[in-house]
This record gives sequence, structure tokens and C-alpha cells, in this order.
Amino acid sequence: MCGIVGLFLKDAKLEPELGRLTAAMLAELRDRGPDSAGFAVYGGEVAGITKICAVAGEGAVAWEKVAKQLAKATGAGVAVEEIEDHAIFKTKGDGETARKWLIDNVPEATVLSQGQSIEIFKGVGDPNRIATHLKLAARKGSHAIGHTRMATESAVTIAGSHPFSTGEDTCLVHNGSLSNHNRLREHLARHGERFQTENDSEVAAAYLTWRTRQGDTLKQALERALDDLDGFYTFVVGTRDGFAVLRDAIACKPAVMAETDGWVAFGTEFRALATLPGIDRARIWEPEPATVYVWSRSS
Amino acid sequence: MARKSSAKTAHQPTRNSTLDLARLSVREVNQLLHDADGGDFLIRNPRGLHAIAAGLDGPFNITIDGHVGYYCAGMNKQASVTINGNAGTGVAENMMSGRVHVKGDVSQSAGATGCGGLLIVDGNASARCGISLRGLDIVVKGSVGHMSAFMAQAGTLVVLGDAGEALGDSIYEARLYLRGQPKSLGADCMVKDMREEHKAALRQLLDAAGLGGTVDVSEFRRYGSARRLYNFHVENLGVY
Repeated sequence: MCGIVGLFLKDAKLEPELGRLTAAMLAELRDRGPDSAGFAVYGGEVAGITKICAVAGEGAVAWEKVAKQLAKATGAGVAVEEIEDHAIFKTKGDGETARKWLIDNVPEATVLSQGQSIEIFKGVGDPNRIATHLKLAARKGSHAIGHTRMATESAVTIAGSHPFSTGEDTCLVHNGSLSNHNRLREHLARHGERFQTENDSEVAAAYLTWRTRQGDTLKQALERALDDLDGFYTFVVGTRDGFAVLRDAIACKPAVMAETDGWVAFGTEFRALATLPGIDRARIWEPEPATVYVWSRSS
Repeated sequence: MARKSSAKTAHQPTRNSTLDLARLSVREVNQLLHDADGGDFLIRNPRGLHAIAAGLDGPFNITIDGHVGYYCAGMNKQASVTINGNAGTGVAENMMSGRVHVKGDVSQSAGATGCGGLLIVDGNASARCGISLRGLDIVVKGSVGHMSAFMAQAGTLVVLGDAGEALGDSIYEARLYLRGQPKSLGADCMVKDMREEHKAALRQLLDAAGLGGTVDVSEFRRYGSARRLYNFHVENLGVY
């Protein structure tokens, strides 16, 4: 099963409402994925600052100490904000370097994202409790993607929760299962991608990072994914200024979309969209199989 | 699955009732309908909820005002259900008789395994429309997605628009009438002659779907089984 929600705002006036609207959507799909949940929120950019999100594993992490070590290692100032078991590091240094350092040197934490805009939060257990605990409803921004997980391909852990992000300001959520992820993971690792889990969806996220590094646009990368990724999938992808949806050619995994002048929304089921403002006048459709849908704030 | 409880008289709702899913649960609404003998009901605020008006068995006229989730009007017997909106996966699945009319689009597996009655879709249907059809007649005024009428055994699928890939894959004895083009035909599905009896049958279905006089039956092609894939003896059909 699994449930996916995505909300991409076209009307900036709705940005203060992003978290509240996303939390209501996620709550509707709680019963599709009671094992764990997570969400990515894009917003709160500060020029020249990269945010790196991380979450503690089993025990507590001394985030202040980690921030100091990270600053020393990278030679750039690092501030840290703690939110429950999560930390958001803010640095003027290079985000990718900081991500790799944290993965290599802080094994008691999982690095969730890095970028100027993206923030990812995850938890294990009841999606509603996780959303409340991590204050999703209060978050502002331009777009958000959420996921409720019923685990299949890997264990129920925070690290195995969605969204997955391996590249700057990019994240992916997945409903389905991939069948060629082991071979593809080896291929991507040889090309320098860093993995933190054995999860198939993390491979799909890393695939997009790799293709983007090779110069593909998001649309090109997803079109290539149709050939390179084998299995069942409905993906929703976020980038700093974009939002994309892709279903496999068989389209086993459900999906419905809606669009108004104010927003574009994705839900695994319609009930996730039923609470959105203006849904009665929205254009509603089921995304076609093997078809890439992309929205961008810059175009 | 309609439960005719012996305590029916104690909870008999008045006819012509409005049932509001913002106040009642789907379980409460369905139980109320199952406990009634029939009647006219308006169901409001469906909000994509699942299994609304499933398992009806009686002379009902149900109108659902909005978009519904999965399995709406599933297993329907006798009742007429109209959905003023879109329907999710498996609308009218395993329907036995009666009529289900969706004013919007429908998602995957509409009318799956349906045994009888009439399903009308004013918009488009997505993948696997009429999968494993067993006697239900389906009229889709728009187009249908891939793998529609997969392993369809009996009944009819009428499509005014186009069909996605692999139409009628592994089809048995269901009849398919398509006005537009199929992206491809599934295994063992072929174009067949459109004889007068087929035109008459199609005319009847179009009339029943409210399209009397507006659609020309000669614009359709008939598709069915080439009977090269299964070892079913069609001459024994009446025995089953």
C-alpha cells in the first residue's frame, strides 16, 4: 500500500498554509501506511545558506557537538536547530561535503537532506502522531511531499521511511517496489552516490541525483527512469522549484491529481485531496501510466 | 451481501432521506440502506470515502453528490445508483443487476467481475475497465485505459472513445464495441464482423445509456475472442 500526498503551491498567498494543508492530506492516508511517515517541506531559503537535516537513530545525538566538529572539518560556520529528535544544520559551506562528512562521521544519525530550500522530517509509528510531534501543520513553504509507509522492501526504521533524498534540494517518495535496485545501487555507488540504507526507493532517489548530475533536466531524468527502473512505482519528486509525478507503465499503484489556479496536488487516493481549498472547482484526473508530469515555479 | 436483518422495522428509515457522510460513517449509511426495503436516498459529502452504497439489494434510487473512493456500489443488486462526480478503483465491482451511472471519470477496474446490470460512465475510465467481466454491460462515453476487458468472459463493453494498450487481452466470450481506436489489441483479441444482431444489441445498450439517436452504431467496430488461447468449448456455454 503506502500513501503519498504532494502539494505544490502556485499562489504564494497560500504559503503560510502549506503545512496545515499537507498535514490534513497526510492524515487522510494514515490507514494506507501506519508503519512510519515522513515529509519534505520546501521553503525558508536564506541566501548563501545550506540546510542539512538529520535525525537521531536509536539514542540521542549531541547535535551541538556534531555542529562544532562539522564546522572544524569543513572550515565553514555551522549553526544547529534541534526539533525533537531532528537537527537542522545551517552552513555557508558546501552542502554535499557536509552531508558526506555527517554520513561518515556520525553513524548514530541518518542524514535526511541537504539544500537551500528542502527540509525533511521522518518518524516511525502513527503518521498523525509524527506530523503533530514534528509540527508539520505550522510549517510554511512553497511545496511539500508526504508519505505514509506500509513497509515491504526493507525494515520499519526511520532511515527506511520516505522521502528519500541524496542530492541537493531533491527528494522522492515511492509507492510500489523496484526489482532491479541491487544492481542499480552498485552502478550508482561506482558513480559516487552515497547510500544510507538497503531500501529500493533510496536507489530511485539516487538515480535521479545521478542523472541530474549528468545534466538531465528533471523531466529527462524521469523519462530515462522509465527504461532503467524495473518494478512497480508511483513516484512523486520534489526539487527546489519543481514538482513531478511518474507512474510505471502498468500503473498498478493508484494516483489522482487535481489542479486549480492556486495549486497542484497529488494524492494516492482522492480523499487526500478532498479537504483542499477550491477542490470543488479543481480539474481532477488520474495521471497516465509511463507519462512524466512536471510543474516548475520558474517556468 | 445486503443484510436483511429481522429487526428491520425498528430502524426503518423514511424514504427520500438525505444521508450526510459528514455526520454519519460509511458503515452507518450502508447499514441503514441494508436495513431498508428500498426508496430514494441522497448521500452527501462522500469525500472520496470507500465502499459507499456497497451491497445494496432492493429497488433503491441512490444519488451520491460528489466524488467517491473505492468500490462504490459494489455487488449491487436491483438498485439504481447515480454518482455526481468521479469514482475511485472498482466502482460497481461484482455488480449483479441494477444500474450504476457515474457522471464523471472512473479509476481502475470499473465494473470488475460484474455479473449483470448496466454501468454507465459519462467520462473516461482508466486501466482494466471491465476486467474479468461476467455478464455486466458497461457503456463508457469517453475512453478506457490499458488492459480493459482483460479476461472478460461474458457481457459487453461499449466505448465511444479510444482504448489503451492490450484491449481484450485473453478475452473469452464478452463482446467489445469500440468507436475509436485501440492502442493495441491484447492476446487472442480480434476484430469481428458487425452483423445486424450486433448492431441491434449495441443500439439497445446505447439507448439504455441515454444515447438514443445521438450515436450511429455503424461507427463502431466489434472485437472479441479469436478462441485460439483457451480450451473452452463454446458450444457448451449454455451448460455453465
